[in-house]
Amino acid sequence: MSPNIALVLVAATLIGTGVYLLLARSIVRALVGFLLMGNGINILFMVSSGPAGEVPILGHGDGDRMADPIPQALVLTAIVITLAMVAFVLSLAHRAWQLGRDDLLEDDEESVRIHRRAEENDLSDESRDDADVIAAEFAEEDE
Amino acid sequence: MNDFSWMVPLPVVLPLVGAGINLAAVGRTRVQRLVSMSILTAVLAISVALLFAADQLGPQVVQVGGWAPAEGVVLIVDRLSALMVIVSTVVTMGVLRYSIGQGRSSFDNESDGHAPLPVFHPTMLVLSAGVSTTFISGDLFHMYVGFEMLLAASFVLLTLGGTEARVRAGVTYVFVSLLSSMMFLIAIAMIYAATGTVNLAILATRLDMIPDDTSVVLHVLLILGFCVKAAVFPMSGWLPDSYPTAPAPVTAVFAGLLTKVGVYALIRTQTLLFPDGTLNAVLMWAALLTMIVGILGAVTQDDIKRMLSFTLVSHIGYLLFGIALGSAAGVSAAIFYVLHHITIQTTLFLVTGLVERVGGTTASSHLGGLAKVSPLLGILFFVPAMNLAGIPPFSGFLGKVGLLQAGVEDGTWLALVLVIGSVVTSLLTLYAVARVWGRAFWGSAPQAEDGMTYTPARTGNGRAMGAGVVLPTVSLVAFGLGLTLVAGPLFDITDRAALDLLLREPYLLAVLGEGPR
Repeated sequence: MSPNIALVLVAATLIGTGVYLLLARSIVRALVGFLLMGNGINILFMVSSGPAGEVPILGHGDGDRMADPIPQALVLTAIVITLAMVAFVLSLAHRAWQLGRDDLLEDDEESVRIHRRAEENDLSDESRDDADVIAAEFAEEDE
Repeated sequence: MNDFSWMVPLPVVLPLVGAGINLAAVGRTRVQRLVSMSILTAVLAISVALLFAADQLGPQVVQVGGWAPAEGVVLIVDRLSALMVIVSTVVTMGVLRYSIGQGRSSFDNESDGHAPLPVFHPTMLVLSAGVSTTFISGDLFHMYVGFEMLLAASFVLLTLGGTEARVRAGVTYVFVSLLSSMMFLIAIAMIYAATGTVNLAILATRLDMIPDDTSVVLHVLLILGFCVKAAVFPMSGWLPDSYPTAPAPVTAVFAGLLTKVGVYALIRTQTLLFPDGTLNAVLMWAALLTMIVGILGAVTQDDIKRMLSFTLVSHIGYLLFGIALGSAAGVSAAIFYVLHHITIQTTLFLVTGLVERVGGTTASSHLGGLAKVSPLLGILFFVPAMNLAGIPPFSGFLGKVGLLQAGVEDGTWLALVLVIGSVVTSLLTLYAVARVWGRAFWGSAPQAEDGMTYTPARTGNGRAMGAGVVLPTVSLVAFGLGLTLVAGPLFDITDRAALDLLLREPYLLAVLGEGPR
């Protein structure tokens, strides 16, 4: 089987563009990227089913080569799943906009805090004050 | 030999039916609880029967709708699948009982107890059905559908309540999961183009026939998709970022199940589809880096939930190590370690939920003296924490010994480096949990004059350490200890499972039957 080069190129363009958009911080842009990727992959399935042929129903054609029905069944399933996921992400983007009037993804606070301490080369324990208190108590007992 | 095959679809069908009933019964909390618990109990009984059947009679196979394997979907339960279904059902039951014990109003403090609890039970059951689908599927595309089921359910659970922090964490998690699914789907399309099938058993026979370089490309694509799911370094950054914000029961079930589904898929494809082990050296390096980078992350964390998330990433490295060894001993130890790890991580996250109920926070710098405040909580944290670190005689120690033995048997320098890495990781795990223990459980409770006092979480069913939440946690801790008690027979089963996985013949025979292929 020799793949259809036009379809391969279309799939590659869609998936490539999709990956680029998926890297965006804006939820809606990333969602568009996901959609493009999904469509690119669906076309990839079309490539994998080989050249077009007769309707794959027994006794329906002239007995020429039938199209392979399995990739089409797989693509249908994938389309339905993509639809459901898009619905969820859209509602998530709407919720993010409701809460912050924005759909840009923020950094994790805890990560930022630890990152800042790493940059300041701060190796102290956060509960240093407690540790000092305990050390002072021990010192008193020793005396 | 296929007498029990009628049971095979039930671990998927029953939870889905239960989810439907629960959706219809929204608002009737008692009906929902009854349905969820009885369905999961039934699934547990069925999966135990399936383990017995798969162990004694061979893999149990169903051809859905009577379609031949080449056209239709095949469901198959062998020892590995049965073991995974049993443990995943046990932890899901434990978590559900914990969330029932929390009571309706206290479920979610973040949104003043008004989180949409009615969707919790149906979603948990869908999650359980999705996890089971992945475990019992004999078809690559059907496995993808199982992934999507459990992902959709996990999206809902992670963003429960829709607060700002959860939406932020949810977005990261959703897009990373979607990307990994897309990669898996690309791999499936490529595999179909190369071989003309997505059935695992037929694939196993056909992948030998295609050129080696094509097969390596397919292999890499599949592994990449699964490794994102399993949180293998360098694809692990999303996990500690997204898990800790969810409510305790949700994080617990995620930590136990979701990454292990990726690990299961890796075990299955590595043994069945690509038995030559061309990429094992790469996986070894990934395992080493996952262990070390993960545990170094855990050591710096202040928040207990985040610390546990990093140990979760780190210990995925052990599982990958066993898989990458590719020997019967390695795979057997990896399966044992998966079972141990699912139980222990879930337990620890539930205990952290208790810490939050008692102390009002999970930031260890704001805690202290918990062992004095509640000795029971101290014991409940201490036992699984030592189990995680691999202190004898717990199951974590036995699993690690199995892995180390398999690594030394392998004898290559890379395997020995991994053995050393495993020991170092184990020690650092001990350091990480000991650090949390010292900060949160020892010392004195914060005093009012420090501006830090305990503000116990709102409690639906009375006290912070009420029986409703303590009993499920105790039973999961006990289940983890039970793994130690039955470690001998369990290792026998995982040995047989690993041997069958590496032989491939029992699986192929069960799906394809006798005759030329």
